[in-house]
Amino acid sequence: MIKHFFKKLGFSQAPFAGGIQPDMRKETEHSPIEVCPLPPLLIMPIKQHIGQACSPLVAVGDHVLRGQKIAKAEGYVSVPIHAPTSGQVIKIEDYAIPHPSGMGLTSIFIEPDGLDERDETLKPIEDWQHTDVSALREQVRMCGIAGLGGAAFPTFIKLVQDQRNPIETVILNGIECEPFLTNDHRLMVEHSQKIVLGMQIIMHMVGANQVIIAIEDNKADAIECMKKAVNDDDMGLDIQVLSLPTRYPQGSEKQLIESITGKQVPMGKLPMHVGVLCQNIGTTHAIYEAVILGYPLTERVVTISGDAVPQQGNMLVRLGTSMRFIYAQRGLTDFDGLQILHGGPMMGERLRHPDIPVIKSSTGLLALSQDFFREAHPEEEPCIRCGHCSEACPISLTPNLLADHCRNEQLEKAADYHLFDCIECGACSYVCPSHIPLVHYFRFGKGQAAQVRREQGFAKDSRERSESRDSRIQREKDEKAAKRRKVRATHTPTPAEPNQGKE
Amino acid sequence: MLEQLMYAIASLGGFALLAGLILAVSSKIFHIEGDPVSDKIDALLPQTQCGQCGFPGCRPYANAVASQAADVNHCVPGGERTMLAIADVMGVEPKSLDQEEAIPMVAFVREDECIGCTLCIKACPVDAIVGAPKQYHTVIADHCTGCVLCLEPCPVDCIDMIAKPELLEHWSWPLPDTTRAQTGLERRESHQHD
Repeated sequence: MIKHFFKKLGFSQAPFAGGIQPDMRKETEHSPIEVCPLPPLLIMPIKQHIGQACSPLVAVGDHVLRGQKIAKAEGYVSVPIHAPTSGQVIKIEDYAIPHPSGMGLTSIFIEPDGLDERDETLKPIEDWQHTDVSALREQVRMCGIAGLGGAAFPTFIKLVQDQRNPIETVILNGIECEPFLTNDHRLMVEHSQKIVLGMQIIMHMVGANQVIIAIEDNKADAIECMKKAVNDDDMGLDIQVLSLPTRYPQGSEKQLIESITGKQVPMGKLPMHVGVLCQNIGTTHAIYEAVILGYPLTERVVTISGDAVPQQGNMLVRLGTSMRFIYAQRGLTDFDGLQILHGGPMMGERLRHPDIPVIKSSTGLLALSQDFFREAHPEEEPCIRCGHCSEACPISLTPNLLADHCRNEQLEKAADYHLFDCIECGACSYVCPSHIPLVHYFRFGKGQAAQVRREQGFAKDSRERSESRDSRIQREKDEKAAKRRKVRATHTPTPAEPNQGKE
Repeated sequence: MLEQLMYAIASLGGFALLAGLILAVSSKIFHIEGDPVSDKIDALLPQTQCGQCGFPGCRPYANAVASQAADVNHCVPGGERTMLAIADVMGVEPKSLDQEEAIPMVAFVREDECIGCTLCIKACPVDAIVGAPKQYHTVIADHCTGCVLCLEPCPVDCIDMIAKPELLEHWSWPLPDTTRAQTGLERRESHQHD
């Protein structure tokens, strides 16, 4: 109904359900990407993606080159990690990573030698049009590419030709709906040619012909640049550069697919099940570098913004660079009373200190003054049943009821209200007039439910072990008893003998 | 008169026989192995087999609770959540726990002191200790339930209980730090300890 209404109004697209329009604060959209200098120390955590952690391949004292593999992927959902520059491995130990817990993870410390020599093991695939798809896929994997939009899901997994779920449409996600962040925006303006080339490689890999480059209408210059760049396409692709009305969280994969195609990706399913592949702009650029230049992922564009940063802007940063070093490049050295965020203000993590390295999922570094932050996060008040949260929810949940169940640890009820479908976009928390930290409750509930599941699994394993032990003991006892009977039977006199004695 | 009496006796007797037959057959058809309540409770218990409840394992405690021979609050490692779940199954009022919930622990063998006597291996209810006679033993930390049953038999006291290492993957968000969330939590906890 609403979708028809929008179509009547002249919008070609039907928007996804819910959503909000936050103050975008894209203050860095006109600042070109600057190259961040090499820091005195690079710290590479062994897990920078969703999935299994890598295992280190180097030892303390080893000399490494830029792009050399320093940790290998373990399991399927994993990608290797490469040295961001040439230098020496000085230690391997636990170090803080961008994670809300503030806990550490095994990290490889590299002291740069300043030469920045490249490792030439990985060769570019110049003739990619005639290269086998699986070889390209392996190249993307070996280059350590994970989704650079923030989730860091290993990209090679999505780049697959599946007979049962053929991909018809590829969507290049240039939405960047989080406030403050402009790194994809700048990439589109400055490197549109490379993105188009990366896009052609993706199209070749998944065997699709239709591509939609989706950009929100607050990035007019990016739309212009991409339109110009796609004219050079020589593959005869069906390309459409699409301007969408600005709305958060439109950049979320499933919401974007709904906005563009009108199809909803069912819960528990992937975009490929509706014949769509979504790729982030930064990731597409990384695929270009991996295939055309043979460069593994060792750097990314990061937006440094927030009201406490004197010179806001975008920087091309080596992975493993300390956030403190990056902030210092932008004139921020005193963190007293500031809130530091990793990622955007809606979905990013609050960090306790800036001595944390940038990883593959670092889209932005924000520093907000206490006043700004408190304005956004006052004390929670009771729910007044206004229903704004349900209207804002992009997946049509009832956040107020869900939060009650999570708060009271009624986890089964929360699961009935589809807690696990929540994408934690923060739209409900944003609109709540009572300032209830709804998403925080959902995260709490999800964590508790995961713990219960884990404990149940452990109890099940323990029961099995205990039962098998009991049955083993019983079997051994029986065997012993049988043996004893056998021994007695051969050594004790036969029943006939006593009779003979009697006689 | 007699005839009417006979009708009544015959019909009532017939019904009684029929009902008895149905009961006999259905008790065969719908027969359930074991005690379903006890199974339900056993599924809720953490299966540490630690014996802290005073019963020789989780199954015996579940049987005792199901037959109302034991209270619902004796499972120490299960903690608050397990007690509440059992009370829910049994339909009784929750009771405060016997002991305060302890942080999860695992056993650790100081291998240079181990003499390889295999006594701890025999004591372990979940086969979480590996080793052979006159060889060092070690605890598989991922399988250890922290039941402490291996400490007592060790003749050289070379087994320590250490806190289970906290894993990044197992970290979960705490409740929000707002007054409302925290007072709710306190209220719930005070109710449960009454």
